[in-house]
Amino acid sequence: MQSKEDILEQLFELVRPYPEQPIELRAQTRLIDDVGLNSMKVMELVMQIEDHFDISVPLNILPDVQTIGEFAEQLQKLLKDS
Amino acid sequence: MTSLFDKFLPLEETRAELVAGSGVDPFHVVVERVVSATEAMINGRKVIMAGTNNYLGLTFDPECVAAACTALREEGTGTTGSRMANGSYAAHVALENELAAFFSCPAAIVFSTGYIANLAILSTLVGPEDVILLDVDCHASIYDGTRLGAAQVIRFRHNDPADLEKRLQRLGERAGNTLVVVEGIYSMLGDRAPLREIVDVKNRYGASLLVDEAHSLGVLGQQGRGLAEELDVEAEVDFITGTFSKSLGTIGGFCVSRWPELEYARYAMRPYMFTASSSPPLISSTRKALEILCRSTALRKRLWDNATQLYQGLAAMGFELGPEISPVIAVRLPTSVSETTALWSELLSQGIYVNLVLPPATPSGGPLLRCSLSAAHSQVQISAILDAFSLIKEKLQSHP
Repeated sequence: MQSKEDILEQLFELVRPYPEQPIELRAQTRLIDDVGLNSMKVMELVMQIEDHFDISVPLNILPDVQTIGEFAEQLQKLLKDS
Repeated sequence: MTSLFDKFLPLEETRAELVAGSGVDPFHVVVERVVSATEAMINGRKVIMAGTNNYLGLTFDPECVAAACTALREEGTGTTGSRMANGSYAAHVALENELAAFFSCPAAIVFSTGYIANLAILSTLVGPEDVILLDVDCHASIYDGTRLGAAQVIRFRHNDPADLEKRLQRLGERAGNTLVVVEGIYSMLGDRAPLREIVDVKNRYGASLLVDEAHSLGVLGQQGRGLAEELDVEAEVDFITGTFSKSLGTIGGFCVSRWPELEYARYAMRPYMFTASSSPPLISSTRKALEILCRSTALRKRLWDNATQLYQGLAAMGFELGPEISPVIAVRLPTSVSETTALWSELLSQGIYVNLVLPPATPSGGPLLRCSLSAAHSQVQISAILDAFSLIKEKLQSHP
């Protein structure tokens, strides 16, 4: 099973192209307020994450995901169940 | 203290910028008077309406108008409540029977709007143990229905049966508890679902299938039943939802099913239970429009002739369009939101109304000028629409 830290590192790589200006990505970085994602970009990122980890991400989890760290926690659960 | 309205400020700022840049508010067009199924008065002048989804042009059909007037006089302006509380009018039940007969299905339920039909079905049919797998380009009513329910919701790539299969495979045993949701014709680009391939995939995994035929009812199929009829897969489709507000020219929605058990769900669907039922004139004009749809293939042929003429004309001018000829014709422009808004305004000043569709509501990510054709459009009107787009093309070429 992948650790949360492993998942976080992979998420940083996937999120890195999105901010208009380079920003330091941390577990506390907020996807909308800090990275600047709009609803379309969130959906695009989700598709990339699904391809990368070879999982399906239910839309139901998204309201609980504000930060990259929270996304990593949800992905860890999904990967464990898959 | 933070105002309740603060969260809307970015939206309002975007709207104000749009209005400042183009001089018009594209989302607050006032139709001063409706002249016919294809014409209206806007800003004091007559405009050709080329974005109303009035596919068969039945909004002014004399038989439909007469049916509405009779019902209005005999049964009043409204039902003043839900069917559960106030009872179903005989006409509600008659329309359900007529829809069931039209689709050769044992079950049909009529809703107050197409939006409510999708809210009701997608929030109720699938429960916490089930999964909804929907095409990413599905309409907002489908997404909103899933949010009202408790099922797990997963998206698959637009019109991509291989991606659908991959996701069904990942679900394992839960694939059998999955409802796949697609549309007959997608509302923004006018493209169709690859329904035969989708049926093959869902059958292999034992999933169920819902097709929203909102934009394809009256448009596709020999009898006008939609894409499932056109591709001869109706027996493989579990649920069809749709609206009366496009080809039938009224307001309302429906769900039909090859499963008589759909009836069990009627009294569990909150969007059915807790909203006022359709008014007598609406139901009566819908029944008449459905009768006309059943007996007339001429309207469908005229619609497709018009769509083909406009699509081919725009393609010949070099516009980038949706992937196939359809009564929904989306023009993708290589311009910014404010430039596209100005072009939309230019079309309106040329006497042509189309839909301005801006990101994030567009599947392509860029702005669209969306046309929808009607059987009621005349050749002269189609030529006028093409002439107006030709002027737009000249502007684009002179200011690339």
